[in-house]
Amino acid sequence: MTHAPDISSEPVAFDDMQGLIRFGHGALVEAEFVLCTISDPNAAGLWLDHAPVTSAEALDAPPKVALQVAFTVAGLRAMGVDEGHIAEFSQPFQSGMSGEDSRSRRLGDTGVNAPSEWDWKGADAHILIMLYARKGGLSEWKDKTLDSSFLAAFKQIHSFPTRPNDGTEPFGFRDGISEPKIDWKDARPPAKHGREDFSNLISPGEVVLGYRNEYDEHAAAPDVNDAPPGAHLGRNGSYLVMRQLAQDVPGFWTYLDTMADGDNERREQLAALMVGRRRDGTPLIHDRHDIAGSPRKNDFTYDDDVNGTSCPLGAHIRRANPRTGDQPHRGQGRLGWLLSTLGFRRRRDKLPGRHDLVASTRFHRLVRRGRAYGSALTPEAALRPDAPKDARGLFFICLCADLVRQFEFVQNAWIASPTFNGLTGEADPLLGNRQPFCGVASDGFTIQTPSGIGQRLAPLPQFVTVKGGGYFFLPGLTALRTIARHGRQEV
Amino acid sequence: MTQQDTFFILAPVAEGRAEGLVSVLESMTFRPGFANPDNPLVPFGQFDQLHMARFFLVQANTWRDIEAHGQTPRPFRLQLAFLGDVDGRRDVFLRELVTRCADGLFEIFNHCEGVHDGTDLLRWMDEHNVEEAANYVNMRGRTVSQIREEAALATALRDELDGIVNAQGTADPFGLHRHLVEFVGRQKASGRLHLTQPARVTWREWVVDKIDLVSVPLLILFLSPLLVLLLPLFLLRLRLAERSDPEILPRPDDDRISDLGRYEDHDVTNPFSAFGDVKPGLFRRSVTTVALYLLNYAARHIYGRGYLTRVQTIHFARWVFVDDKRRVLFCSNYDGALESYMDDFVNKVAWGLNLVFSNGVGYPSTRFLIKGGAALESKFKRYLRNRQLPTQVWYKAYPGLTARDLARHGEIRKGLEVRPDGARALRNWLAKI
Repeated sequence: MTHAPDISSEPVAFDDMQGLIRFGHGALVEAEFVLCTISDPNAAGLWLDHAPVTSAEALDAPPKVALQVAFTVAGLRAMGVDEGHIAEFSQPFQSGMSGEDSRSRRLGDTGVNAPSEWDWKGADAHILIMLYARKGGLSEWKDKTLDSSFLAAFKQIHSFPTRPNDGTEPFGFRDGISEPKIDWKDARPPAKHGREDFSNLISPGEVVLGYRNEYDEHAAAPDVNDAPPGAHLGRNGSYLVMRQLAQDVPGFWTYLDTMADGDNERREQLAALMVGRRRDGTPLIHDRHDIAGSPRKNDFTYDDDVNGTSCPLGAHIRRANPRTGDQPHRGQGRLGWLLSTLGFRRRRDKLPGRHDLVASTRFHRLVRRGRAYGSALTPEAALRPDAPKDARGLFFICLCADLVRQFEFVQNAWIASPTFNGLTGEADPLLGNRQPFCGVASDGFTIQTPSGIGQRLAPLPQFVTVKGGGYFFLPGLTALRTIARHGRQEV
Repeated sequence: MTQQDTFFILAPVAEGRAEGLVSVLESMTFRPGFANPDNPLVPFGQFDQLHMARFFLVQANTWRDIEAHGQTPRPFRLQLAFLGDVDGRRDVFLRELVTRCADGLFEIFNHCEGVHDGTDLLRWMDEHNVEEAANYVNMRGRTVSQIREEAALATALRDELDGIVNAQGTADPFGLHRHLVEFVGRQKASGRLHLTQPARVTWREWVVDKIDLVSVPLLILFLSPLLVLLLPLFLLRLRLAERSDPEILPRPDDDRISDLGRYEDHDVTNPFSAFGDVKPGLFRRSVTTVALYLLNYAARHIYGRGYLTRVQTIHFARWVFVDDKRRVLFCSNYDGALESYMDDFVNKVAWGLNLVFSNGVGYPSTRFLIKGGAALESKFKRYLRNRQLPTQVWYKAYPGLTARDLARHGEIRKGLEVRPDGARALRNWLAKI
């Protein structure tokens, strides 16, 4: 089924890419995100021209600070980018995360998660400024970057401080363990990234516009192919998704504690079953397989756990990354491949029917760059009756080249759907909004057991509430200067 | 066995009546496209043999594309399609439909040409019925009432199982099975559950089916010397066509995509309707005809037990020729959002789609009829979405249930009637409840 790649692998221009695409800036533990409108496009152009936006080049010494800049479609318009160029951007970016009821329906942004309840919408903003610094350096970096020329050009509408990054999300779990590895050298043709086995490698074109993607195609990108040099708006850019997810940490641990009858170990066990990992990040699946592009501690698939007795079928990490290859039957020769392709290998399966409902994970990977906010609260502290109820949660941030195929697909078909993987009546145990989804209840959670009789928790309370969100475009550096020139009306 | 039958009524909309028709159709829905089963015009919910049905306007969005083949485009009159899948025979259903809701049907169909006071609607519908070129049924023989009975069984068993597990624990699967069998026996006796035995396959049906089953392989065997001789010529002709056929894949209009979205994801299942032109010339027309014939054969005899190749999420799918085989209408009912559906097309059955759809004008280039094409993800999605039409009214008799749910319910019932062999199989069965 492989065919000769007709796109030669091309060197990746790190120097023209924003650093966030390649680095999570994990060592820059302090971060703040600022949402602004553009009040003076000319002044904005001047500021953007001189802004020290961090590139993806690896430096000899790791940077002490970083700055990244992303635009909404309204922001591009405000900068004077003409409609012809804007029309080249993808439909979801133009429409925005909250622009259509049907999109909200698919993303599970209904009920208390509905955009009408949000604190902020990307659609009301123009530009997202992302500031990162080492411990203690953020306020100085912020003052220096958002100087008087910035204030003359932009009007701040929201500022989102974050919690110093310690690799832990607010419920107390290690986060960001399972990231796809971008095959920057593009050495392996996309056909080899998955095809049969799950692989953790993805092509650059899954994240950066203008490069070869997992389908061996160029990611659809504004102007990538035929615009004159210097006018490439899409090249080396990426779509950035940001969602503010408020987490009810006391609610989460109190619920689990009640379900565990106050038993510490049982409570931790239940939490681990919901997530699919223990709090320190240890996965519930113990069998290790060699997976291309994956660190040893993360080398596992669910192939040997079709019944979900080790890791529940609906556990958070199993939904967010099902780790399936392209073919349900592997290494069985050409005849086996043919029979499987024709759909004739189902009866031999341990669980007929469920297998192969979720396949080809490699086309639905996200590069996550989120940060937590609000003060830290340990599970023990969260269980106290006087536990602080102040706001905490996660700024979920991810990068992808195709908003629909990647972010929206994962959020819709894997996270929010109550019929994921043949299950019924349950959405993601952490993220679910517990509202009926497409007319089907989604407020349960089933822990499969070897006895065949699952332990069913229902109704689950809602632990995570969407408070805001938007789709942004993270331009390449040349494109950023082009946008700046548009603002100064030099284009 | 109760066979499923189909109807597909297609008629031109009378001049200037399209807008009125759309508002009549909208009056039948709860939400965009999602039918009110008790709507006064066609109360779908009253018909126990009706699985799915839809009304939609057939509009040729891409009719000009054929110009790229050097042909003069033929405009296509706006038509109204009314189609559905029923248990038993089409004529029985249509007669019942006309008997029960003649007024409602008239209110809809009087927007079409040739329908006025006094028109014999049954005869008119019969005259406007288009035979399918290919038809796929997820599970042949499974009736609406069976689906409903099995869904009720699954719900009852789930509640009961929760109760007995609390009382006796999970250690003895044989005991649990026995208990559940007795429970269902009591429920049936008291009339709370019904498990009607499916109609047996009659001798006559069996013979007809087997003759049909062997006829195609026999025909191919009989013609094989000729086919072997013609194969090189066919491949040569095919490759020539594949190398020169134009791809016409403009980006779908954003407003159209938004509008289509309004009709989607109101249920776990969605309707898909699409309309496109077949590439001109005898060659492509023949390939399409043969491909659909074989597809129909495969759907009758090979698939139809819960899966169409690797895809398990399609309830019903239909391909019909229109306009003297110049165009094809494709209508299906699938689980999940459209992106998941297209994703299955691209990742699991690109080859199968290519066999049929690569004969459509503008399709992404294929190689040897099965390679390329739908495997070109972004191009294929453009092709499909440019031809997709909104489904103004769509009805499904079992909202909230996916094809996988229906299959699982069937497996639960089977395990109840015939105890699974051994403790492990029994535990797998319990896991389905």
